[in-house]
Amino acid sequence: MIPFILRRLTTLVPMLLAVTLLVFILMSLAPGDFLTPVKAQRDINPALIAELQKSFGLDRPWYQQYALWLGNVLHLDFGYSWTYKVPVAQLIAQRAPATILLSITSLLLAWTLAIPLAVLAAARPGGWIDRLTSAAAYFALAIPEFFLALLAVWMAARTGWFPIGGLTSLDHDFLSPASQFLDIAHHLILPTLVLGLGGVAGTLRVLRANVLDVLQAEYITAARAKGLSEKVVLFRHVLRNALNPLLSTIGYAFAGLLSGSLLVENVMNYPGLGRLVYEAFIREDQFVVLGSVVVACSLLIVGNLLSDLALAWSDPRVRYGR
Amino acid sequence: MAADLLRSLLRRPAGMISACLLLLLYGAALFAPFLSPTIPSAQDLSRTYHPPTALVWQNGQLSVRLYRLVDPSTATYEPLADQATPLHWFSHGPAYKFFWLIPSTRHLFTVSSPATIYLLGSDATGRDVFTRLLYGAGISLSIGLIGVALTSFLGLTIGGLAGYLGGWPDTLAMRLTEFLMAVPGLYLLLALRAALSSRFPSDATFLLIVVILSALGWAGTARVVRGLVLSLRERPFILAANVIGQRPWTILFRHLLPNTFSYLIVAATLSVPGYILGEAALSFLGLGIQEPSSSWGLMLGQAQDIKIFMLNFWWLLTPGLAIILTVIAFNLLGDALRDAVDPRFRLPGK
Repeated sequence: MIPFILRRLTTLVPMLLAVTLLVFILMSLAPGDFLTPVKAQRDINPALIAELQKSFGLDRPWYQQYALWLGNVLHLDFGYSWTYKVPVAQLIAQRAPATILLSITSLLLAWTLAIPLAVLAAARPGGWIDRLTSAAAYFALAIPEFFLALLAVWMAARTGWFPIGGLTSLDHDFLSPASQFLDIAHHLILPTLVLGLGGVAGTLRVLRANVLDVLQAEYITAARAKGLSEKVVLFRHVLRNALNPLLSTIGYAFAGLLSGSLLVENVMNYPGLGRLVYEAFIREDQFVVLGSVVVACSLLIVGNLLSDLALAWSDPRVRYGR
Repeated sequence: MAADLLRSLLRRPAGMISACLLLLLYGAALFAPFLSPTIPSAQDLSRTYHPPTALVWQNGQLSVRLYRLVDPSTATYEPLADQATPLHWFSHGPAYKFFWLIPSTRHLFTVSSPATIYLLGSDATGRDVFTRLLYGAGISLSIGLIGVALTSFLGLTIGGLAGYLGGWPDTLAMRLTEFLMAVPGLYLLLALRAALSSRFPSDATFLLIVVILSALGWAGTARVVRGLVLSLRERPFILAANVIGQRPWTILFRHLLPNTFSYLIVAATLSVPGYILGEAALSFLGLGIQEPSSSWGLMLGQAQDIKIFMLNFWWLLTPGLAIILTVIAFNLLGDALRDAVDPRFRLPGK
């Protein structure tokens, strides 16, 4: 198992190289850089700007800048954020946990809702649960995440039941640990619902089709023939087999969650990686963008790896092959 | 074959309903200048955040109720009792060009000034939301179609070549698709948009967005087309074509790719929503369609204002409903098409 994990982690390297190179080229194609607003100010000495450009390596062609950045990253130095005036690593370390937390809660929501519903729906195809859930899934898949986020903020603003944005309250630091936990949970409810809803619908549709497929299998007939109750057949024999294809898609689901959280975080004012990367793009804060992209892609690869491990754990036929 | 498909599609209720709905939406987008009572850039700063005007039947004519501004700071309007102005049908209004060509001043309905008709209220500068919704439909809906056409073309060519040629072109194409599918799409979209933004005039952003969205979207199609071509090329009819000495290009374009069309039609229909949502997301973030043009995403982006949330200007969220309706219609149509083409995507000829 350990060689398998190591082999998978080595695919991280070419992937990260390709993504960062692409982002680097694209950002160097974009006109201006993070010093452009500084240059526009009249009272700043051109000598100072030249010095700043030199210290950030902006006076060199893009491929030299990239090599420089790469060399620094190998020394675990992700550069310095011009707009936030802190090292990028520190900035990301602050923001990434919020996004990871949100992704995990959304994924959990999607699975805990979708699994029982999908099994119940597939147990009686065409029954009222089936019709209701597939109609709801159609609707949920059609709502753009940012629109749902807008509606959630609207609801929160009008009713006051939930905080309008953020991850913590103003007085968070002065609360007891238990109320700190509750505070964060309270702030997480709306973003999780918004981000998780599409996941519920997508998972539901895939899982329902899988369950229907597995129900045709002969071992299910055998299980019924030996007199197992329908509940045991469905949740022990059918579900465990139907879940396998889904486990292998967690990685891609994670990619969707990262994209979705970019929008949701921006609308709901949630201090995560998505908002950081968006603001950095707007201000052309190059090193923040690169650092966030590296972290996002690493998260994805690790997510894919975890889903493969989960698959191998749940399905003994899967080996840690090539 | 196309007529058969259409017939079996329209026989299904879901297919029928969604086809009608889409026809209606695209028709509305096409005739937007005629259907809307004004033009999207017409402002009225004395009537900002106007609520939707009520329609009443008065003196045997369909009429619009008149309103009075009660409190400008909270944009509270009050209907004037028993006062209404009749709608004029097929009357003259602000000038526009039909299909960007034919100049015209006819509108389906207008009201005589100083009254205005706001079927869906007005926005922060007093522009008619209904008009902007119709004009925005043109952009939001056509991006879906153009994007899918581009993606299908790219996916078909690249997937077909990869599957047919095999070897290093195949490996290269597949690594590329894996890369595109593994990177969080919106991050790449942002980077591409930032890089290419100011090299194009603002009119060209529309095309730019389509191109970016399709450049990121072809991977899935290419992979499936490749799979289909891989299995098709071992079929007897392709082997026969090889034996009688047809050239590889002829085999690929005349025999292999046409056999993937039924899959492609379904996949294309089901991926239109992705493009509509992608454009909406970009415009929503302020990176897509720019003012003074309108698109559904842009309108929703402008509705992201705390004033709207606190003062109940709910009509500014109607573009969201338009997006949902369109996406549901395309998904329904795609599912109905899939059932009509083949319940299990069996390859033709099997």
